[in-house]
Amino acid sequence: MNDKIDTVFLEALGLDNLDDKSILKYNEIEAWDSVAHMTLIAGLEDAFDCMLDMDDIIDMSSYDMAVKIMAKYA
Amino acid sequence: MPDLLSLAGKVAIITGAARGIGSAIAENFAARGASLILNARSDGERLDAYCSELKSSFNVPVVGILGDISKAETSSALVASAFSNYRRLDIYVNNAGVLLDGLIGMVPQSDIDESIGVNLIGVLHGIQSAARLMKRGDGGSIINISSIIGRVGNQGQMVYASSKAGVIGATLSAAKELAPANIRVNVIAPGFIDTDMVKQLPTAKFDERIASIAMQRIGSPDDIANAALFLGSDLSTYVTGQVLGVDGGMLV
Repeated sequence: MNDKIDTVFLEALGLDNLDDKSILKYNEIEAWDSVAHMTLIAGLEDAFDCMLDMDDIIDMSSYDMAVKIMAKYA
Repeated sequence: MPDLLSLAGKVAIITGAARGIGSAIAENFAARGASLILNARSDGERLDAYCSELKSSFNVPVVGILGDISKAETSSALVASAFSNYRRLDIYVNNAGVLLDGLIGMVPQSDIDESIGVNLIGVLHGIQSAARLMKRGDGGSIINISSIIGRVGNQGQMVYASSKAGVIGATLSAAKELAPANIRVNVIAPGFIDTDMVKQLPTAKFDERIASIAMQRIGSPDDIANAALFLGSDLSTYVTGQVLGVDGGMLV
């Protein structure tokens, strides 16, 4: 599951690597703005073949939260 | 030459589809081959019967989902049904509406809540839900139903006009934001249309309304459905952010 999430994060946020996942927080790094957030959500929905609840989309404010939330859809 | 009016292979959601304008749009879309997901607030038996009728008449898949469109979970459930059944959504028609008149100073809070809830908040939820699934495909068409009253106002209809004017504002903003994803968002502003809503009018008031229409006739739900077909079909692939009055030249 984490591999899928990592792939989506790399592509959606245009990152070269995920060496330090603790810094991956919405609106705290330049790459993760609101537009990138929707790209990220679409990527995760495609990867997991699901539709996220609106609350989950809003709550997904960090990589760690993404892992926790996507566990529900895995 | 391709049939640009064909909806074959397209998936459409229509809210408030059990009667009036909504059912005319559903029938029109079914006749063009669309797979339908229809919503009504109550009366599951009526909705089920209508879905069965459309299925047998037009040989297209039709699913009915009950729910109050002012609640976000209803539009989510409609789009989730499109996702689970088809993995795509092409057309979302925000048609559900209520008409609750009242003079200024005499409108109860409950009427304000219901009017804004169904007519406007339901549209906002619908746009948000629909756009997410449409973005995952090739785009789509969101068709909102406003009213001539939302454009020009009318005495005794301050709350209704507010809700319907809000639909126009939502449409114009959504069209700008969603255009890069090839999602078109347009709004139809019907005039005086022959639905259950107008059957309650006194004869004198009815005649007065007809006299205000340049084409001198009441509109039919099919007049609106044909406009919705244009906006939902590939005839309008470069049309977005438009308010289409379908009112026979009515003056309010």
